Amino acid sequence: MLSMIISVVISAALANNFVLAQTYGICPFLGVSKKTSSAVGMGAAVTVVMVVATMITYPIYMLLVALDIRFLEILVFIFVIAAIVQMIEKIIKKISPPLYNAMGIYLPLITTNCAVLAVCEITSNALVSGTWEPAIIAGVEMNFGFSVLYAFAGGLGFTLAMVIMSGMREKINHLSLPKALQGFPITMVTAAFIAMAFYVFTMINLGGGA
Amino acid sequence: MKNKYGKIALDGLLFNNPTFMLVLGTCPTLAMTSNATDAFGMGVSVIFVLTLSNIIISALRKLIPSTVRIPAYIVVIATLVTLLKLFLNKFLPDLYSAMGTFLPLIVVNCIILGRAEAFASKNGVLESAVDGLSTGAGFTGALVIMGVIREFVGSGSIFGLQIMDFGIPFFTMPMGAFIVYGLCIAVFVFVLDNVQRAQRIRKTRLLHGAELKED
Repeated sequence: MLSMIISVVISAALANNFVLAQTYGICPFLGVSKKTSSAVGMGAAVTVVMVVATMITYPIYMLLVALDIRFLEILVFIFVIAAIVQMIEKIIKKISPPLYNAMGIYLPLITTNCAVLAVCEITSNALVSGTWEPAIIAGVEMNFGFSVLYAFAGGLGFTLAMVIMSGMREKINHLSLPKALQGFPITMVTAAFIAMAFYVFTMINLGGGA
Repeated sequence: MKNKYGKIALDGLLFNNPTFMLVLGTCPTLAMTSNATDAFGMGVSVIFVLTLSNIIISALRKLIPSTVRIPAYIVVIATLVTLLKLFLNKFLPDLYSAMGTFLPLIVVNCIILGRAEAFASKNGVLESAVDGLSTGAGFTGALVIMGVIREFVGSGSIFGLQIMDFGIPFFTMPMGAFIVYGLCIAVFVFVLDNVQRAQRIRKTRLLHGAELKED
C-alpha cells in the first residue's frame, strides 16, 4: 500500500511532471514565473483547484457513465471547474483576506489552465478503462483515493516546476542576450534543460508494489 | 474593402501569429508536434473550432450580455469541441487516439477564447470568419513547421515517409519540443524584424528620393 502511494506521488510529481513531461499548463508556467513569490502563489492555487476539481468531477463522471451520456463530459467538466474557481475565490476572500490578496489574482486564470482539465480527463479516462491512460503507474488500481492523490502530487509537481523556473528566470534577467532570444525563446530553452533533469526520474522503477 | 480582409489575414498569419508572436496555445504546440501528421491534424481541428466559434460569437455578439460573456463563449467552444470529438472518434480514430487528452483540451486553448474576446465580440461575421481562418492557418503553419523539424531530426522521416536511416529520439520527446519551440520563435522574430526594418528603410529612401527630385 505504502509503496503504491509513493510510486503514485513520484510518478505524478516528478517522472510524469504535468508541465515538463506531459506539457500541460504551459501558459501559467511561462506567464507567472517571473518572480518566485508569484510562482509559489500560482502553484498553491492550482494545487488546491486540481484536488477539489478531481474530488467533484470523479463522482459526476461516474453518474455520466451510469446515465450513458459520456459525450457531455467536456461541457460538464469545464463548468464544474469554472464554478469551483469562483467558489474558492469567494471562500478565500471571506476567510482570509491576506491570503486572498496574495493568491486572488491568480485564481480567475486557473479556469483556462490546461492542467486542471487534464487531471479531470486523465482520472475519468482511467475510471472507464480501469488503468492509467498514459501508462503512468503500472499495477496501481484505479479508485477515488488514488485519483485525489494523483491530483495533489501533480499540483505539487507543477509548483516545483514553477519555483525552479522562476529562480532561473531571476538569474536570466541579468544576462545580455541577442534581441531575438530575449523573453520567450530563452525561457523555452531553459525549460528544456529543466525537463532533461526531470527525465532522470523516469529511470526509477515504479513497479507500484505489484 | 479587399485591403481590410487582406490585412486581417496577414495579421493572423504573420504579424500576430498565435504560436510564434503571441505565444498562445502552447500546450498542444509542444505536445502534438512530435510528428508532422499529428501536428497537421491538431491544426485543422483548431481551424474548425476557431472559425465556427468566431462566426457564432460574432453573430450573437449583440444578444450576449457582457457580464456573462465568458461563460457564454465557453459554452459555444465546448459544444464545438464535443462535436469535433464525436466526429473524429467516428471517422478518424487514428488521429483521435493520437490526440488523446489534448482533444478535450482545445476548450481551454487560449487562442480560441482570446480571438472570441479580442476580435469576434467586436467585429462582423465575415471579418470574424476571415480572422478565425487566418489565425487558425497561422497556428497550423507553425505546428507543421515544428512537426516537420522534430520528425525529421528525431526519427528521420517527414509525414511518415522515411528519408534518413537515423534519428535523435531526444527531439521527439518533450525536452526536444521545448528547444525546437524556443529556437523557432527566435528565428521567426529575427526574420520578421529584419524584413520590417528593410521595408522601413526602403520607404524612407523612396521619400528622400522624391524630395531630392523636387529640389
